[in-house]
Amino acid sequence: MPDTMSPPAKPIPMPRPEKTNRLGLAADAYKGSESTLCSGCGHDSITSQIIKALFETGVSPYSVAKLSGIGCSSKTPAYFLSLSHGFNAVHGRMPSVATGANLANRTLNVIGVSGDGDTASIGMGQFVHLVRRNTKMIYIIENNGVYGLTKGQFSATADMGSAQKKGDINEMIPIDCCGLAIELGCTFVARSFSADMKQLCALLKIAAHHPGTAVFDVVSPCVTFNNHEGSTKSYKYAKDHELPLHEIDFIEQFEPQAPVDIPAGEVREIEMYDGSKIRLKKLGEDYDPVNRKSAIDTLEKARRENLFLTGLLYLDKTRRPYAEQLNLIDEPLATLPQERVRPPKKALDEIMTALM
Amino acid sequence: MSSLLATEPARSKPQAGGQPIVNDFSIQVATMNGSGSQTSNNTLMRAIFQMGIPVSGKNLFPSNIQGLPTWFTIRVNKDGYVSRKKEIDILVCMNPETAVEDVKALESGAICVYNAPLRLNKIRTDIEFFEVPFAKLAATIPDVDPKIRKYLANMCYTGVVAELLHIEMAEIERSLQKQFKSKVKAVGINVTAAKLGIDYAQKNLPKLTRYRVERMNKTAGKIIIEGNAAAAIGCLMAGCTVVAWYPITPSSSLPESFIPLARKYRHDPQTGKATYAIVQAEDELASIGMVLGASWAGARAMTSTSGPGISLMSEFVGLGYYAEIPAVIFDIQRVGPSTGLPTRTMQGDLLKAAYLSHGDTKHIVLIPGTVQECYELAIEAFELAEKFQTPVFVLSDLDLGMNNWMADPFPYIDKPIQRGKILSADDLAKIKAQGKVFERYRDVDGDGIPYRTLPGTEHPMASYFTRGSGHNEKAIYSENPEDYVHNLDRLAKKMETARTAVPTPVVSGNTNADVGIIACGSTDSPMQEAIDQLSAHGVKIEYLRIRAFPFTQSVQTFIERKKRVYVVEQNRDAQLLKMLKIEHVPEVALKLRSVLHYNGLPVDARSISDEILKQERRIPGAPVYSDNAGEGHGRQLSELERKTPGQMPGLPTGSKTCPTP
Repeated sequence: MPDTMSPPAKPIPMPRPEKTNRLGLAADAYKGSESTLCSGCGHDSITSQIIKALFETGVSPYSVAKLSGIGCSSKTPAYFLSLSHGFNAVHGRMPSVATGANLANRTLNVIGVSGDGDTASIGMGQFVHLVRRNTKMIYIIENNGVYGLTKGQFSATADMGSAQKKGDINEMIPIDCCGLAIELGCTFVARSFSADMKQLCALLKIAAHHPGTAVFDVVSPCVTFNNHEGSTKSYKYAKDHELPLHEIDFIEQFEPQAPVDIPAGEVREIEMYDGSKIRLKKLGEDYDPVNRKSAIDTLEKARRENLFLTGLLYLDKTRRPYAEQLNLIDEPLATLPQERVRPPKKALDEIMTALM
Repeated sequence: MSSLLATEPARSKPQAGGQPIVNDFSIQVATMNGSGSQTSNNTLMRAIFQMGIPVSGKNLFPSNIQGLPTWFTIRVNKDGYVSRKKEIDILVCMNPETAVEDVKALESGAICVYNAPLRLNKIRTDIEFFEVPFAKLAATIPDVDPKIRKYLANMCYTGVVAELLHIEMAEIERSLQKQFKSKVKAVGINVTAAKLGIDYAQKNLPKLTRYRVERMNKTAGKIIIEGNAAAAIGCLMAGCTVVAWYPITPSSSLPESFIPLARKYRHDPQTGKATYAIVQAEDELASIGMVLGASWAGARAMTSTSGPGISLMSEFVGLGYYAEIPAVIFDIQRVGPSTGLPTRTMQGDLLKAAYLSHGDTKHIVLIPGTVQECYELAIEAFELAEKFQTPVFVLSDLDLGMNNWMADPFPYIDKPIQRGKILSADDLAKIKAQGKVFERYRDVDGDGIPYRTLPGTEHPMASYFTRGSGHNEKAIYSENPEDYVHNLDRLAKKMETARTAVPTPVVSGNTNADVGIIACGSTDSPMQEAIDQLSAHGVKIEYLRIRAFPFTQSVQTFIERKKRVYVVEQNRDAQLLKMLKIEHVPEVALKLRSVLHYNGLPVDARSISDEILKQERRIPGAPVYSDNAGEGHGRQLSELERKTPGQMPGLPTGSKTCPTP
C-alpha cells in the first residue's frame, strides 16, 4: 500500500461471525448475480425472499434446479442461487422442461419462475397439465398484469376495467391462476404480494416442503408499465385492497417447537409430511385451507368485492406426486448405471424368439 | 447386393404349359376399417412366413376407426423382394363400398375372391372369380357373440385363400396360436372359422391353377417385425429412461411398443420400481420440452412423433441446438398437414429435420432403411445425442414403421453405453486441483464439443445457466457480437465433427458404373428390386444409400465418381436432392437427377426402374438399353407407359420426372 494513502476515515468494523444455516452455509451461498430489472421492480423483492427462505430452510443449493420461461420474471433465476443449475426455457413452456428434469432426477428441488404472460397466455396449456400431474416443484407466478419486456401490453391476468399506462381499458375477464389451479386439483395454492415480505417468505418455505406442485401467485407490481392510477396491479392498489386470510408461521421440523399460547380456535396447525408445521393465525373470518369448496367460494367472494386475497389458499396432502404415480425408482434415473438400464442379452433373445 | 435378392420377373406371368406360379404373387384384402380383418390378414401372412417363404404385409388404412375402406397387401416372393408390388394378383373383396372399383383396377387375368352378395363376377370377364358366402359360413359357428361372428367371417376368407393357395392348415393354426397366445378359446373359434373356409373351398370352388405356395426354407430363424417395434427395442437396449410423447399416427406404435417392453424388462428386481418414466404429454410442445428437461438433468430421453409434431417442436429443437442439450426425436413421416392422407407414407420431413428451427441450425439426422436399422440407429441416436449434446432425429416413415418386414434377429449391442462429456463432482475436484476451471461452452478438446455437468452435482464449480443463443464460454449471458460468432463457429465445428461420426452410407452394385443412384430410408427395399430390373435392361448401376446427415465425405466422393446420379425419394420437392445441393459444391449438384414418388403409397420397384430407364434413354450418348429385359425381366416400355399405375382407385400416380429441380 503506498505511504501517501490517507488512513480510512472510519475505523474498519471487525468482521462479525457470519450467520450460517443448518448446512453451515452463509446467506451468500444463496445469492445470484445482480438484477438487471428496473429499480423498484416487485420481482426483485420476490428474489430476495427466495434467497432468504431457502437459506433459512437449509435447502442445499446443489439440489436445486431453477427454471423459467420468457419475460421479466423469467430473468430472475439468474439473480438467486448461483450454485444451482439454471434453465431459461422458451416462452410458456418451462413446466414441461421442469417435468422432464424432475423425472430424470426426482431428488432435485425444482423451482420454476414464470410470469402472468408466460403462464396465463402462451403457457396456459403447460401450466394446466403441470398441475394435473402434480410434479414436485415450486411454480411461482410473478404477476404484474402486463408484458414488461415488450413494453406494457395487457396480460390475461389484467383485471376487468383496469387501465393501461396509455389509458386503454381492459374489457376482458381476468384469468385467476389460483382459482384455476384449485379447480384443477392443485395440491398447494397460495397468493401473496411482493411487498409483504414476511408472508412471502413463510409461504415460500411451506412450498419448499410441499411434495407436489406448489402454485404460488405473487402480485408483483411493474414500476415501469403498470404502477399508475387506474391499474389494479400497482403498489398502491395492492396495499389498499390486500386482505390476508391469516398470519402465517412456518416451523421447521428441526426448529425447537415453541409452545402455542394463543387461545384455541385462533390458530390452525397443519403438519407437513416431514414433521414441520404450518401455523395459521386467524385474522378475520376462520379459513380452512384444506377445504376445496370453501377455498373456491372465498376466492369468488373476494373477486366480487374487489379484494386482493393473500395467504395459503389451498393445501391437499392426499394426492401423490407425479414421480410416485409413475412408481419411479428412488434414485435419479439420470445416473443409473448401464447394468440397470440395458437388459441382458437373454432378454433380447427372448424378444426375438417371440417374433419368429 | 444381398444373395437373397436374385433377379426376378417384374410381374408374375403364367408359366408355359399352364404351370402355376409358385411363391411369387401379391394378395390384397379389401375390407372395412374396424371389421377385425387385421387378425385374418396377419394369420395369412404369418402362415406363409412359417412355410419358409419370404413375405411382407402392408396395411393401407384410412384415418378412421370404423367404416372407411382399408386394404392389406401381402407380397409373397421366393427371391425376397418384399416391397410393394404395383399389380395385385389375388384380390379378396370384403368391402361392398370399394368392391367395384377394386375389381376394375385389377389387371387382366387376376384372381378375385369375393363375398357372395356382391355379384362381382358380372363386372368383368377377364378375371377369375371365386364367390364365397362368408356371412352364411360364419353364421354356422355355434355359440358366438354376433359381434365376434362378423370377425369370424374374415377368418373364413383366411381359410378360403389358404385352401386356394395351398397354405398349410397347421401353419394357420400355429399363426393363430402365436397371435392369441394363451387365449385358448379365441384360437379355437378362429381355427373353426378358418376350417369352414377351407371346407367350403374344397367342396364348392374350382381349383386355383394360377398361383400357389410351396414350402421353402428362406425364413428359418428370421423374425417379422414393424419398424416402430424395432425402434422401441432399440430404445430399450439403449437405456432410454424418459419417454415423452403425444399420440399421432404413424408414430404412436413406437412408444406403445416401448411400454410393455419397459414393464417387462425395466423394473428394479429388489423394489419393483420403474427405471424409466413414460409420459403421454399434453402435446408435442410439451413432449420435446420434457425430453430436453430430462436430458439436461442427465436422463436418456426421447420423443416420437410425425411431421405435424415436428413443426410444433421447432422452437424447442432450436433451443436444444443452441443450449446443447441431447434429445432423440423419432419422426415417423407421413403425408402433409391436417386431414387428408395422414395415414399414408411419405419422406416429407427430410429438409425440415435437417435444418429445423430459427437462426442458424443444423441437426444430426439418422435415416434407417430396414427394420434392423430402426433398432440399431435408435441405439446410435442416443449415443450421438449425448456425445454431441444436441438433438438427433431418427427419420423413419409409415411404410417402414407400421408395416411388417422380415429380418434376421437383431444382434445384441455389446458396445458399452457412452454418456458423453459429463463431469462429475470428482472430475471437478480434479480440475480444481489442477488450478483450472469448468466452462460449459469452451472447446477444450478442439472437436467443438464442450463439457457439461448435471443439475444436482455437488461442487461449487458445477452450476451453470442454460439459455439460448446469447452466452459466452462460461455460459454467462452475453449479447457481445464476438461471443456470439465464437459460439456459432464452434457449433459449426461440432457439426463437422459429427460428420465423421455418423453412420456411413451403404454402397452396393457396380463400382465402375457411370450411373449412380442415391436413396434413403424405406426406398431401399424397392430400390434393391428396381436395380435388378434395370440391370436386366443393361443399365449398370452403383447404389448409395444415405443413412445420416450431415452427409459423410463418402457421399461427395461417390457423386464425383459417377457421370450422373439419380436421387430417388418419396416426396414432390426433391428434398434429399436439395440437401445434397446445399451441402456440396456446384459441380456435384450438376450431376444430380431426380426420381420422385409422392402418391401416399409406398414406392414400388417398377415406378423407380421405369422412370430411370426413361430418363436414361434421353441421355445423349448413353448406351442403348434393351427394351425387353430378357426372360422374365422387366417389360416393354410402351406397355408400361399406357398402364394406369397404382391399385388405389382415384389416386394419381404421383411419380414424375424432375431432372434437376
